[in-house]
Amino acid sequence: MKRLLIALASLTLSATAQAAGGGPLPFSYEADTSNLASLQRGARNFMAYCSGCHSMKYLRYNRIGQDLEIPEALLKANLMFTSEKVGDHILTAMPGENAKTWFGQTPPDLTLETRARGTSWVYSYLKTFYVDPSRPLGVNNLVLAGASMPHVLADLQGWQVKKAVAEGETPAAGKAPVLELAVPGSLDAEGYDQFVADTVNFMAYAAEPGKSHRIDTGIRAILYLLVLLTLAYLLKKEYWKDVH
Amino acid sequence: MAIVPNPYKTTGLLGWFDDRFPLTKLWKDHLAEYYAPKNFNFWYYFGSLALLVLVNQLLTGIFLTMHYKPSAAEAFGSVEYIMRDVPWGNIIRYMHSTGASAFFVVVYLHMYRGLLYGSYQKPRELIWVFGSLIFLVLMAEAFCGYVLPWGQMSYWGAQVIISLFGAIPVIGPDIVLWVQGDYIPSDATLNRLFSLHVIALPFVLVGLVVAHLIALHEVGSNNPDGVEIKKLKDKSSGVPVDGIPFHPYYTVKDIVGVSVFLILFVGVICFAPDGGGYFLEKPNFQEANPLVTPEHITPAWYFGAFYAMLRAVPDKLLGVLVMFGAVAIIFLVPWLDRNPVKSIRYKGLLSKINIFVFGVVFVILNYVGLQPASDIVTLLSRIGTVLYFLFFINLLYIHRFEQSKPVPERVTSS
Repeated sequence: MKRLLIALASLTLSATAQAAGGGPLPFSYEADTSNLASLQRGARNFMAYCSGCHSMKYLRYNRIGQDLEIPEALLKANLMFTSEKVGDHILTAMPGENAKTWFGQTPPDLTLETRARGTSWVYSYLKTFYVDPSRPLGVNNLVLAGASMPHVLADLQGWQVKKAVAEGETPAAGKAPVLELAVPGSLDAEGYDQFVADTVNFMAYAAEPGKSHRIDTGIRAILYLLVLLTLAYLLKKEYWKDVH
Repeated sequence: MAIVPNPYKTTGLLGWFDDRFPLTKLWKDHLAEYYAPKNFNFWYYFGSLALLVLVNQLLTGIFLTMHYKPSAAEAFGSVEYIMRDVPWGNIIRYMHSTGASAFFVVVYLHMYRGLLYGSYQKPRELIWVFGSLIFLVLMAEAFCGYVLPWGQMSYWGAQVIISLFGAIPVIGPDIVLWVQGDYIPSDATLNRLFSLHVIALPFVLVGLVVAHLIALHEVGSNNPDGVEIKKLKDKSSGVPVDGIPFHPYYTVKDIVGVSVFLILFVGVICFAPDGGGYFLEKPNFQEANPLVTPEHITPAWYFGAFYAMLRAVPDKLLGVLVMFGAVAIIFLVPWLDRNPVKSIRYKGLLSKINIFVFGVVFVILNYVGLQPASDIVTLLSRIGTVLYFLFFINLLYIHRFEQSKPVPERVTSS
């Protein structure tokens, strides 16, 4: 019985670990898609740093304009690099076949990345690039070992290296970072965290632009249903008075 | 008995219709003068709720079909198109995807109700058989629908399930090829599953629901006491003394149940449409890719128990047989249960334990069916599978070893 209980406990634990995607992530991050300023900064970050290689092929420019309250002129001037038409989807200028030759694989479309992998994963991924001379591009990543992406944000973050682990010490799990900054970038640690958070917020928005609409709808629908429930209950009581 | 047009002798416009179509007769037979026991409890909401969810699936399905593209190249993108560019498309899509899960929640509870109160016993065997057929078709319908968004889990789920046919000796591989229309799940597979999902299976499903209800209204509803209310009728009116007209009594009562259900349903749709990764799985936000297998291929949550039973058996063919056997044995319940007492209220302790353990085992099986394979998962699946079948076997003889309570003449107060 005791053994069974222990096994059961480990089953639940492993289930939690699996939920995080094959192991605990170094950082956890809950996206905030209600912060308009952060989403606007995130859109700028994405267009400036990511959209060169990654598309968001299910998202249209003017949808961003509408939802993030960015006027069309600003949108065209600052966020649209591959298209002139605001109704277009966000595609990348990089030809897929060449990209495969250059990087080993075509950079994936990122529209749904936060829903497929989770916001914590994307946040951790962007924060855990480190120098690894054994890789073709000289960098590796903690949450996606052998990633074929270069450290695009190195100018901002700087270069991290893996901290040497002392004898007998287990590599820290959870929140304790096993990476340390070797060469600082143009942003300090706080500034870079903010940059990544904004970007992830924007990506979470892009994964489901209709989120705020459904939450809005839900609140109104449930308020209506509570009224319906009250009336239905009173009606039922009235009718059932004479059933004994 | 010859059919007499307009037996209620209505006049005017209604009379004109009743002379030509049994409008008043249908209304009275199935609602206003369909006498249901007055002691229905909480468990009796799930039948009408299942009907509500079916209507939800049909209506939202119609609108989804207007915008969805059943081709391997376009399916995934068209779902995102619905989610982003179609007005109210996200709500309608979530209503449909959450509706599938809700369907199984209410159907499982509805079936368990039937087991609790012996609603399958004579003369209700056919109601149970039609219901079991509904469950079977519902599983096929849900599987086909699950493949349509053409995400990673859709694709690999389809691959695993269709490959089960490959376990059939000799002709298995050919059957897989025939079902798939290709050597791997592909455009051809998606197209035919779409056809089944939007035409063939809903058609059968609705027909079976009609048969289920006709059979029910022919013999009358059972109740938590398992007492036949038709045995005791009012002498002058011929109405069962413990019966009340379905309309208005149960229509107004069901509106209360519907309101509560809708609050929960809307709560999931609008605040947690992913259902914590169980209603919409994470890998399904990646487009199907025949070259990349997801880390863990799990079935939709509502198939967990059956998947667990499939995995519990080391041999593939035997596993498939056990899995299908687990569904097939449900059909036999009316003939397995030899207990003269219908309701769990008056059955003995052993029967109570049997049915309680069955409920717990089913939930555990469902849970382990969704976990990645490990020793403990396999062990629990095996124990669970044995206990699952043992429940049905126990129905044959368990009452001989226990003392039943006397069944009252009339229903107890509600």
